[in-house]
Amino acid sequence: MTKYLVERATLTDGSQSNILISEGVIKWVGHSVLPVEVQDAIRVDVNGAIALPGLVDLHTHLREPGREDSETVLSGSRSAAKGGFTAVSAMANTFPVADTAGVVEQVYRLGQLAGFVDVFPIGAVTQGLAGKALAELGAMADSEARVRVFSDDGNCVFDPMVMRRALEYVKKFGGVIAQHAQDPVLTVDSQMNEGIISSRLGLKGWPSVAEEAIIARDVLLADHVGSRLHICHVTTAGGVEIIRWAKSRGIQVSAEVTPHHLLLTDDYARNFDPVFKVNPPLRTQEDVMALREGLADGTIDIVATDHAPHPSESKECEWQAAAFGMIGLETALSIVQLTMVESGLISWSHVADRMSLAPAKIGRYSDHGQPILPGSTANLTFVDSGGSWKVDRDLMLSRSRNTPFHGMELPGQVVATFYRGEPTVLNGALVRGTRVS
Amino acid sequence: MRHLLSASDLTYSEALKILDTAAQMARVSEGPVKKLPTLRGRTIVNLFFEDSTRTRISFEAAAKRLSADVINFSAKGSSVSKGESLKDTAQTLQAMGADAIIIRHDSSGAPQRLADSGWTSSVVINAGDGTHEHPTQALLDAFTIRKHLKVGVGDLSGLTIAIVGDILHSRVARSNVTLLSLLGAQVILVAPPTLLPLGVESWPAQISFELDSVLPYVDAVMMLRVQQERMNDFFFPTAREYSHYFGLNADRLALLKPSAIIMHPGPMNRGLEITAACADSARSVIVEQVANGVSVRMAVLYLLVAGAPDENGESLA
Amino acid sequence: MSIALSAVDISRALTRISHEILERNSGSESIVLMGIPTRGAFLSQRLSIMIESIEKSPVSVGTLDITLHRDDLRLHPIRALVPTLVPKGGIEGKNVILVDDVLFSGRTIRAALDALGEMGRPKSVQLAVLVDRGHRQLPIRADYVGKNLPTSRGEIVKVRLGEIDGADEVLLEPEGNQ
Repeated sequence: MTKYLVERATLTDGSQSNILISEGVIKWVGHSVLPVEVQDAIRVDVNGAIALPGLVDLHTHLREPGREDSETVLSGSRSAAKGGFTAVSAMANTFPVADTAGVVEQVYRLGQLAGFVDVFPIGAVTQGLAGKALAELGAMADSEARVRVFSDDGNCVFDPMVMRRALEYVKKFGGVIAQHAQDPVLTVDSQMNEGIISSRLGLKGWPSVAEEAIIARDVLLADHVGSRLHICHVTTAGGVEIIRWAKSRGIQVSAEVTPHHLLLTDDYARNFDPVFKVNPPLRTQEDVMALREGLADGTIDIVATDHAPHPSESKECEWQAAAFGMIGLETALSIVQLTMVESGLISWSHVADRMSLAPAKIGRYSDHGQPILPGSTANLTFVDSGGSWKVDRDLMLSRSRNTPFHGMELPGQVVATFYRGEPTVLNGALVRGTRVS
Repeated sequence: MRHLLSASDLTYSEALKILDTAAQMARVSEGPVKKLPTLRGRTIVNLFFEDSTRTRISFEAAAKRLSADVINFSAKGSSVSKGESLKDTAQTLQAMGADAIIIRHDSSGAPQRLADSGWTSSVVINAGDGTHEHPTQALLDAFTIRKHLKVGVGDLSGLTIAIVGDILHSRVARSNVTLLSLLGAQVILVAPPTLLPLGVESWPAQISFELDSVLPYVDAVMMLRVQQERMNDFFFPTAREYSHYFGLNADRLALLKPSAIIMHPGPMNRGLEITAACADSARSVIVEQVANGVSVRMAVLYLLVAGAPDENGESLA
Repeated sequence: MSIALSAVDISRALTRISHEILERNSGSESIVLMGIPTRGAFLSQRLSIMIESIEKSPVSVGTLDITLHRDDLRLHPIRALVPTLVPKGGIEGKNVILVDDVLFSGRTIRAALDALGEMGRPKSVQLAVLVDRGHRQLPIRADYVGKNLPTSRGEIVKVRLGEIDGADEVLLEPEGNQ
C-alpha cells in the first residue's frame, strides 16, 4: 500500500504539521523530525490547507436504485469526495425503497465498489415509506450494511404510535430514528415558507408550525420511551428553541441543519425559479440566524447536505410542477465556512465536529470522525480556506445540476481528500480510478 | 418594461400611460369601424392552460381590433406533464414566430418562468397565474374606477376602495392592491380572517373583518368570487353564513354613498357574494368592466408589442 | 442653418391658404379642419380662427392622431397616443381638410387617410401643409401649400410654432445637425 506524506497541513489548533499515512491509517503527525519511514512516501504539499477529519454526511440522496438518471452511487460518491466527504448516508427513498436488507446491502456494496467514500445506507422506518407498518429494521441492522439510522425522509412518520414503536424498537441495536418533521395535514400542496413572500407570490404556504409541532411531539415521545431521536433538516427558529429545551431536559435528541438553510431565505423564491424549491422550504432571515446560532452553541449537532439531485426537466418548469430539492455535496463545506466561520460564530475545530465527529457518532460510523492522531483511520480532508471559487453547475461531479449556488463566489476549496488512506482528491481535482478494496 | 407579468412591474407613470392609452382605444371601440391596422402582420398567441373564456375572448377581441393574427392555444388536458409542456409549448410558439404570448396558467409564476427562461423571445403578458396576479384585470378595474369617479383622467388619489372576499386565493386582489395603491387610492381588504393571507399586514392596504362598518366610507366596492369548494377546506362554515357576513345585498347597498360603484371581476356567484339586485343595480359597473377590459388590453398590446424596444430593451418606459 | 420662413411669412401663408380653402369649397359651411398632432393641430386652430374672421361664422375643427395607423411602428420605440377629437357634426359628407406642418414622404398623410376612413365617409379630403419639401414616396400631393421648399433628402426642416416652441419660424438645417 502506498504511503503518503501530507506536508504543511494546518491543524485546527492553528499549528502546522506533516501527516504520514500508511496502510489506511495515520502513522504520524508532527512537525520537526521526520521518521525514517517517510523516505518512500509520496509527498503531498497542501500548502497550509486546514486538515479536517474526513467529512461525514448523514443525509444524502444518491437515487440508486431507481432514479439513476439523476444520480448513481458512483456519481454521488465522486461528488461527495470532491466536496471533502469520506462517508455519506444514502437515504431510503429509492425505487425500490430501502426497506429490506436486500436493498440496503445492494446500496452498501455499490458504495464499496465505487470506492470514493463509505456509503452507509439509511433504512426506511416503515414499509414503502408509507407510514403504516414498520419495515424490517432488525434485518437491516444485522445486514452487511449494518444500518443504524432509519428514516422515511421525504415523508414524515406522522402516526404517533408508529413513531413510538420505531423509537423503541431500534434501541435493540443502538439505532436512531431520523425524523422528517412535517405535519402532512398542515402542508397539503405547500410550495414554500408561509409568510409575507408566499402571500405576495400566491404560492401555498408551508407554516413553520408544521415542522415545530412534529419536533415537539417527537422529543416528548423520545423522552417517554428513552430512545435516540434525530431531527432532519431543522429550518425554523422555533424548532431550534424546542430542541434546545429538549436537550436541557436531557432528552436524547440530535439535529441537523443543511448548508442551504444556513444561507438562503424565502426571498429567493421571488423570481419563481424552482432551483430554490426545497423540502423543507427556505425560511426567513430570522430563522437563518437562529439556525446559525443553534449550530454554533451545539443545539444543532451537525450539518447535513440533504443533497437531492433532480434531472433538469424536474426544475425547468413552473414552480408548482417542479421537484423539491437541491444538490449540495460539493458546496457544503464552503457554505459552512461562509456562514459560520467567516461570521466568527465557530472555529475550524467546531467545523470538524459538526461535519465529521458528531455525524459519525450519531450514525455509529466508527471509522469516521476520528481525531487527527496516529492510529486513526486515514479519512482526511484538506481545505484551502483562503481560496475561493465560482460555483458552476455545469462543472459539478453530481449527475444533476440543481445547485442554488450557481454563479456564487464561495470561499474555501477542498484541495485533497483521503479516504481510508488513499487520495480521492488531489490538487482540488478528483483522482481517477480510485479504488479501495 | 418589456413584459407585463405583475402589477408591481408598473411604475406610476407607466400605469397612467396604459390608462390614458386605453382611453384612446375606447374611442375606437365606440366608433363605427372597430379596427385599427396597428398590429397588422403580428402574431399573438393566447396560451391558456386554464379555462377562462371571458379573459381569452377579451384578449382576442383586443388583438383583433388591432389587426393582429390571433392563435388560440388551449393546453389544458394535454397528456404531457405540465412542466414539460410549458417549455415545449414555449419553444414551439417561438419557432412559429409569436410576437407576444398571453398566458393563463393555474400555477403561480408560470408567466415569469416563461419570460425569464430563455425558451422564447416573445413578449409575455400575464392573463392570470394561479393565485398570484392578474395585472390586466387590475388595470381595467382602475380604468373603470377612474372613468366613473375621476372623470377619466389622472390617478385615483382620494378614493377609498374595498375589496371583499377570498383575498387569500385571489390573483385579482393581489394585482389590485398593488395597482390601486400605486395610483393613490386607499384600499381596504374585507374578509373573514381565514381568507386573508398570512402577512397581509405588510400589504399597502387596511384590513377589516366587518363589511358593514366599511361600506359607508368607500367609493367603490369590489366583490370577489367565492369558490364553493372553499367550504370543504373549513375557510368558512357555510355559504349561508358567508353571505350573511360578507355578501353584498340590498341592505348593504343602502349603506353605500350615493356615488359609490359596485364591481365584480366575474364570473359571479349570484346569491353568494352578491345578490342579483346588487349586480343589476344602477350602481353596478360590472358589465362595463368587460368592455373596458378590451380597451385596456388593446392599450397593453399596443404599448408592448407594436413598437421596437428602446436601447435598454424596454417597450414601455 | 437658415430661416426658410419667418413669422410674417407664416402668417401670410396661412392667410392665403384660408382664402384658398374658402374659394375652393364655396364658403366654410361644409368644411372640417382636421389637424395632425402636434403642430398640424395648432395650424388647424389658426386656420379656423382666420376663416371664422373672414366668414363671421364658426368652423368645425378637430384633431386626428394617426399613430395607430403608421406603417413604421415597429421601427421605433412606442409613442404615446394623442387624443383624436372629432367635431360635433362628424365628418360624414363633409369636405375634410387635413392640416399638417411638413409634407415629406407622404406616409403620414396615408396613415391619416386610413384613420379618417374609420370615422366615416367624407365627401372629399383635401390637404393643407405649411411646407412641402418634396421627396414623396407615395402618390400624394397637397391642395394648399404655404411654401414649396426644395431640400436634399438628408436636410432637416424644423417648424417652430409659438404655441409650443416660443416663436414662429421654419428652419432648414443641414444634414446630421441635430
